[in-house]
Amino acid sequence: MGRAANRGLWWTFATAAVVTYALIPVAWILSLSLKPAAELNDKRFLPSSVSLEHYRAIFTDPQFPAALWNSFGIAGVATLLSVTLGVFAAYAIVRLRFPGRRLVLGGALTVAMFPPVAVIGPLFELWRKLGLFDTWAGLVLPYMTFTLPLAIWTLAAFFRDIPWDLDKAARVDGARPLQAFVHVLAPLAAPGVFTAAILVFLFAWNDFLFAISLTSTNAARTVPAAIAFFTGSSRFELPTGSIAAASVVVTLPVVLLVLLFQRRIVAGLTAGAVKG
Amino acid sequence: MTPTAAEKRFAWLLCAPAVTAMLVVTGWPVAYAIWLSLFRYDLRFPGQRAFVGLDNYLSVFTSEVWWQAFGNTLLLTVVSVGIELVVGLALALLMHRTVFGRRTVRTVILIPYGIITVVAALAWKFAFDPTTGFVNALLGLDQAWLTDRPSALFVIIFTEVWKTAPFMALLLLAGLTLVPEDVLQAARVDGASAWQRLWRITLPLMKPTILVALLFRTLDAFRIFDTVFVQTRGAHGTESVSLVGYHTLVTRLNLGLGSAVSVLIFACVVVIAVLFVKAFGTALQTGVDDAR
Repeated sequence: MGRAANRGLWWTFATAAVVTYALIPVAWILSLSLKPAAELNDKRFLPSSVSLEHYRAIFTDPQFPAALWNSFGIAGVATLLSVTLGVFAAYAIVRLRFPGRRLVLGGALTVAMFPPVAVIGPLFELWRKLGLFDTWAGLVLPYMTFTLPLAIWTLAAFFRDIPWDLDKAARVDGARPLQAFVHVLAPLAAPGVFTAAILVFLFAWNDFLFAISLTSTNAARTVPAAIAFFTGSSRFELPTGSIAAASVVVTLPVVLLVLLFQRRIVAGLTAGAVKG
Repeated sequence: MTPTAAEKRFAWLLCAPAVTAMLVVTGWPVAYAIWLSLFRYDLRFPGQRAFVGLDNYLSVFTSEVWWQAFGNTLLLTVVSVGIELVVGLALALLMHRTVFGRRTVRTVILIPYGIITVVAALAWKFAFDPTTGFVNALLGLDQAWLTDRPSALFVIIFTEVWKTAPFMALLLLAGLTLVPEDVLQAARVDGASAWQRLWRITLPLMKPTILVALLFRTLDAFRIFDTVFVQTRGAHGTESVSLVGYHTLVTRLNLGLGSAVSVLIFACVVVIAVLFVKAFGTALQTGVDDAR
């Protein structure tokens, strides 16, 4: 009896420790964003008074709203394209027999292991020649490509669990492969597609290296790049309050996604690497 | 039954867009980077472009900056992946065994994974900052964490572990669920302690999963860029190889030399992957096959 109670206590303690671990930086940045400018350096974890001045500041400056719009737009378009191409490829890999299945999967794995810095130079030069430098398309293309492996592997893992017979039945009933794909597979595949989309979106939303290398102005600069280059009153002073407020604003969608789709994200993350 | 020609054609048609994108946006630039690395090519002086053979590689190999960054990157990779494995395993065991609060733990643990790396790096930077942060006040220290090499590397590793251990934990959790419960029960009946069961049964059975997770994380950690850029910009001897590549290419616009750095980073990643496969080939294969 005493032992069981002890165990319960231990698990509660461990759970509390994990919650603290995960939330401390989030609580800290939220606290910083709410501190009035005069109290930013008081070294206290919690604000002694609350002010929204930093939020007002970032939304009156044109830089942050532009970056927010760019981030949503670029990540959204990249997600749409990556998942669409991923669905086509994953369908072929799972459902059709053709030489080169392993080649496509292996190629995707290679791209997943790729260091992005290795392609920055050539893309930088080429994008400037093609007029893609500092445009949405200039970021959408690398995001789409670098997330294709994630999309293909996740989707393929989900597609393998879809009942084959329904598709076969449709084919027997006279549907051509494309019809079987659109009418039978697509609705069943929706959860997997959705999961892949979340993971791809998080990747594009998170990227920093491409964002600072291939953009230079508000035209295409995304939030991570904008935050890192926020300028304060002097060159050597970081605008801590504005950075904290902007960080909170971009963290909110992520926290929301995580809270709403916890199961899907876990399933997707583990499906790609290890079957759960 | 052999696939029909129509099936093959349809399959290739479906794969073509993805394969084309991967070839054009990654395959071609790498080939072009290898080509560029053989030239003296500085965008500020484009007229002086000339073929110089392996001179750029010689410059990199004789540069202290490269070797320090290489050492830093190896250190950051080995130490942070090592700690992540331990923390990740602990988190995975907790998620696997805990009965109440399981949903809470699984949800909350995704926040470090989902949060933007730049934001995580900034949050910890401010936390360790001597004028703004709470860490010094908490520990009763007066330490300028990010302006001193050892402590700056510590903060970088700390941030990396915080951000990526949950990802490791989720991968390991998937492996944990593959360990048959009856084997553990039998061992318990035979009097094996929890510690023995972990070391003798659970971990050996999880080996393929652990190796896959280690491979993914090692390759990822070797590319470390965001955290270092945000926290120190590579100052005080904390540069990573990706930072050297970025600075040479984008800040100094030296495409020839920068491409040589890029090619070397790419080569390192290939070497790491090959070493993993050579050392643990069969176990890794099992891990990947489990995914099918």
